[in-house]
Amino acid sequence: MLKNITIGQYFPGNSAVHRMDARMKILLTIALLVDVFVSKGFIGFGLIFAFVLLVARTTKISLSFIVRGLKPIAFIAVFTFVLNLFMQTGGETLFQWKFIHITSGGLRTAVYMAIRLLLLVTASQLLTLTTSSLSLTDGLEALMRPLAVIHFPAHEIAMMMSIALRFIPTLMEETDKIMNAQKARGADFESGNLIRRAKAMVPLLVPLFVSAFRRADDLALAMEARCYRGGKGRTRMNQLHMTKVDLYGALAVALLTAALVTLNLLGAV
Amino acid sequence: MSSIISIQNVSFSYEEAEDSAVKGVSLEVEKGEFLAILGRNGSGKSTLAKLLNALILPTDGAISVDGISPTDEDSRYEIRTRCGMVFQNPDNQIVSTIVEEDCAFGLENMGVAPQEIRRRVDEALARVGMAEYALSSPHMLSGGQKQRVAIAGVVAMRPKIIVFDESTAMLDPVGRRDVFSLARKLNREEGITIVWITHFMEEAVQADRVAVMDAGRLVMQGAPREVFSHEAEIRAMGLDVPEMTQLAGILRGAGVNLPADIMTCDEMAVELCRLK
Repeated sequence: MLKNITIGQYFPGNSAVHRMDARMKILLTIALLVDVFVSKGFIGFGLIFAFVLLVARTTKISLSFIVRGLKPIAFIAVFTFVLNLFMQTGGETLFQWKFIHITSGGLRTAVYMAIRLLLLVTASQLLTLTTSSLSLTDGLEALMRPLAVIHFPAHEIAMMMSIALRFIPTLMEETDKIMNAQKARGADFESGNLIRRAKAMVPLLVPLFVSAFRRADDLALAMEARCYRGGKGRTRMNQLHMTKVDLYGALAVALLTAALVTLNLLGAV
Repeated sequence: MSSIISIQNVSFSYEEAEDSAVKGVSLEVEKGEFLAILGRNGSGKSTLAKLLNALILPTDGAISVDGISPTDEDSRYEIRTRCGMVFQNPDNQIVSTIVEEDCAFGLENMGVAPQEIRRRVDEALARVGMAEYALSSPHMLSGGQKQRVAIAGVVAMRPKIIVFDESTAMLDPVGRRDVFSLARKLNREEGITIVWITHFMEEAVQADRVAVMDAGRLVMQGAPREVFSHEAEIRAMGLDVPEMTQLAGILRGAGVNLPADIMTCDEMAVELCRLK
């Protein structure tokens, strides 16, 4: 179950999206995320979906791989959907029974939120799948560099994020291993109510944390052994530079954003 | 030959521990040699390794690596550029999610120019036979391959010395042989001084010199043949002698006229044939 989490994994390749400058990719992903929140109708969502699909196709990463990455947030999507469905009001009443009160406005918000969530994760997945953690960090660091004026630790934060991404698959594997080990000793992770299952996680999390700390210790030592001294005086093998691909990418997202804004202005649903 | 690492009466104790992990060790490592350091768990051999790389500093005694003593931040950094280190756990020393970027990590820290990094990384990956995996993610590789990537990362920094701290302990037999023969090759072909820390006898046998640690002290050093001929002492320290040495001992006990310093299968075969 845990091997299915693809968020934060890099999928090596040489597509146009892979070759784009990390800075541009981050900016465009942020733009896309804003687009997802700005857009208010099914046409808008359809446009964004088509765009994301198109980008996914050009990366040559199999769609089933990307869809698998959505599984972990499916629960959250359903949860938000239900929550919005019952909590939001407005529009005409569709269904009423005792205290349950579903309105068309609530239904719409619920559907929108679920779609938004799924689009958000898919879009950010495309970023991490096509960008190696180091160039992602490079991009973030470059984008945050102006903040150094206010003593913002851009390099440190970028390094922390990159290491977190690097260790996701390792810790996933480890969790699987510990789970199997505990199962072999009769631990039960699957049955019982939520509280019971949460309790069953304790013997899983304790060894996982212990090992994560040990790994952190080892890694710090290994980094130091390889002359790591923080961001000062560091060079990079892969220099970031914008190419034509970045221009086309920016144009595509700009076009999409323009279309969405127009849709909003027209008030289309 | 002159010594490249000089350890004089060095002790080290961890803050929380009562007993010292390393007690009054003196050791010279010659330029270009392949030195194996043997010892069971807790004998202080890994602590010694970290002292060589200036990851920790001696609480007592003096250490000098390629003529540099780790007195301040800059000299420690300088030592690390000359003395690389490959650790035990292949997963916990890889920084990046892509092989070639991990390989470049050390050079980037050293502030080498980008084109030069690219050149050296390609060279180092080819050297360890991992060039075709340059764009793979490390977690897809086997343990032995991960260790080879780690070695490439160190080789790219062009160190004079590489310390292997039980780098084969977590590998399968194939990976272990791979990594060991790579270290031998680097030693012979590039003249890199190797300090090989291990508890595998088959590896120690092939070193130029063996040093044995026990309870924080350096108790024996010399050519493998000489060290392993002290079978009883080695066993008393909780270590094994190589299988063939052991067999020779048993045969000698049974009255077969064999020398005590046999270490490999080939030598055993030659000696046995001579008996006819």
